[in-house]
Amino acid sequence: MNKKTGTTLDKVQVGLKKRYAAERRFQWYGKTAIAIGLAFLLILFGNVLSNGLSAFFQTRILLDVNLSAEKLGIGENPDRKALSKADYNGVVKASLRELFPEVKKRRAKRDLYKIASNGAAYQLRQQVMANPELVGQTISVWLSASDDVDMLTKGYTNREQIAAVRRLSDQQVIWVDQLIDKDRLERQINHDFFDNGDSREPELAGVWGAVMGSFYMLMVTLVLSFPIGIATAIYLEEFAPKNRLTDIIEVNINNLAAVPSIVFGLLGLAVFINFFGLPRSAPLVGGLVMTLMTLPTIIIAARASLQAVPPSIREAAIGVGASHLQMVWHHVLPLALPGMLTGTIIGMSRALGETAPLLMIGMVAFVVDIPQGITEPATALPVQIYLWADSPERAFVERTSAAILVLLAFLISMNTFAVVLRRYFERRW
Amino acid sequence: MNKSVLLAAVVGCLAVSAHAAERDYISIVGSSTVYPFSTVVAEQFGKTSDFKTPKVESTGSGGGLKLFCSGVGMQHPDITNASRRIKASEVKTCAENGVDKILEVKVGYDGITMANATGAVAFNLELKDIYLALAKEVPATDGSETLVENPYKTWKQVNPSLPDSKIEVLGPPPTSGTRDAFVELAMEGGCKTIPWIKAMKKKDKSHYKAVCHTVREDGAYVEAGENDNLIVQKLNVNPNALGIFGFSFLDQNNDKVKGASIGGVPPEFESIADGKYPVSRSLYFYVKKAHIGIIPGIEEYLAEFSSDKAVGDEGYLTEKGLIPMPAAERKQFADDIKNLKDLSL
Repeated sequence: MNKKTGTTLDKVQVGLKKRYAAERRFQWYGKTAIAIGLAFLLILFGNVLSNGLSAFFQTRILLDVNLSAEKLGIGENPDRKALSKADYNGVVKASLRELFPEVKKRRAKRDLYKIASNGAAYQLRQQVMANPELVGQTISVWLSASDDVDMLTKGYTNREQIAAVRRLSDQQVIWVDQLIDKDRLERQINHDFFDNGDSREPELAGVWGAVMGSFYMLMVTLVLSFPIGIATAIYLEEFAPKNRLTDIIEVNINNLAAVPSIVFGLLGLAVFINFFGLPRSAPLVGGLVMTLMTLPTIIIAARASLQAVPPSIREAAIGVGASHLQMVWHHVLPLALPGMLTGTIIGMSRALGETAPLLMIGMVAFVVDIPQGITEPATALPVQIYLWADSPERAFVERTSAAILVLLAFLISMNTFAVVLRRYFERRW
Repeated sequence: MNKSVLLAAVVGCLAVSAHAAERDYISIVGSSTVYPFSTVVAEQFGKTSDFKTPKVESTGSGGGLKLFCSGVGMQHPDITNASRRIKASEVKTCAENGVDKILEVKVGYDGITMANATGAVAFNLELKDIYLALAKEVPATDGSETLVENPYKTWKQVNPSLPDSKIEVLGPPPTSGTRDAFVELAMEGGCKTIPWIKAMKKKDKSHYKAVCHTVREDGAYVEAGENDNLIVQKLNVNPNALGIFGFSFLDQNNDKVKGASIGGVPPEFESIADGKYPVSRSLYFYVKKAHIGIIPGIEEYLAEFSSDKAVGDEGYLTEKGLIPMPAAERKQFADDIKNLKDLSL
């Protein structure tokens, strides 16, 4: 007897070391996997942050612009129309000439004008349109510098490089340095990036148009997919008879969840645009397509959370005389709702990051005006990132990363909301 | 409940489609090469006029013409950009769908450049070198009139005057208009310099095309995607590689990449404008005349696009890399716009 336990123990002793080693090894594999994953995440975030943060600042020039009616080329009491057509470009150029009176030659003047953004005139126009009493005054305003100057002050352009291959000439670099010495050129918070729609001038380009496009699209998606998805889930889970037909429906819903999103885009093109004649590039169509795409996700999540409600609740409700409908509406649904909401938000954040179907329905477009409704042309945030990544101007590189940061901020806040919602409402049995 | 929601959605769709009948902005589709220019004009137009900013979609020349030719009406685009001329077959499709009156406008020229990193050795290529280096099948080196699988590994093997570096070219995929134009102008241009292949064109046109237009697939030509910025970045990492992209990217990234001379002509603004640089093409856009006067602002947009301020020698589009037309040609197209001249091929 003694001998026997001894041998078992011996056997255990012999293998013990190996088993501990195996466990340690396995833990080590796991840790390495996590470390690799984290490293990739860090590289991604580090790269996006280091490229993108500088886009939140924009180089501006302090210009003293003479807004006399004469210089603007308008009459004494201009109406709105005259104001909108006034020669803002001319006064911006004149103020640059005043700063450097020694510049006389035509060629040199053209180079000088390139220090200020092509959009400086639009910015001035906006200010004057908002405050018509500025006409006749000389005001000091900060206006955007051109993207090349911006790249120089941010250190993306190499000053040491010979002028022939640099975007700015030696003279232009000297002017920029002189402006910096005079405290007339500095980097400021780039509010244009958050207020403007797309633009081909990097210094004017902003994400607001894309944010609004994404917002309208998600609203359409939410309004359609939430009620349809929840209704489908409740019916299938609580009321539908279990037969072959409902089985087929169930299998198909699960299959739909795995269909690549571009297919939904093609479907949207064929049905909503070509058949119903809805406008191309509109958030309405984008939202409809995203509804098709997120519905399966929402239905599956909603059914899972209905299943998670314990049978005792249902039995108790039926036991005290509630009808089937009352049982579902008064007892099961309130308990399942947090899970359903979480599923919906996750579906929404997937829709927010989706680009492929939008390609088919024309939302990959250059849209400058901020969309005002669901039928106006719009883009979405991921599409804006794609469009900027494809633009030749150097300054769009940082804006691409900055737009990624905005998109990530959106996604993270939506997902956090989902987590908070779940934590807050979650009931454990 | 399900049914009523679906029904409501459908009714909503119909209501909105009735509303969408009054489009008050210009809808532009088409070539991704013309897109950078078209968008600049659209933005300028939107900011300086009372009209809404036109919407510009980049669908590629072929895709744009397909949408353009699909019919007359608010849901169809008004203007399509193209980095090549409209084909007779496309004009026919257009006419079948009621789009029979089209205005053709030439925007200017675009050069396709081959470039490498600024630090790397300068290339001086001939069209024939490009063909020999990049075609799938090339004439056998023994001088006989047979085609063999491309044996060249380094540029020096192709032409002794070229550097002794591995052939590695990053270029756009077949879906790109830039690739089409590169194959047509550079590869076929080089291909034609070999007399017996040129003679083949008469006898067997499809074989001739296959020989001249097929790019090698053994890894020397790397399809780097449609994103030209990415190609520029890759060239900087790999000094041995050459990249293929439009002149505007070379122009914007002069400090990172330098263009190879082709046929002794460097890819420069002036040489493309006067037609000396061999790999350049014309850019166009096409306007649906039935929409003029119905969609607000088309005429004004056309005026903006043909103004000297935009496409003149010192216009704002030249800053974006467009090569302007000579003054006489510019005037001719401006007149065409004024008279709304019908397209004739």
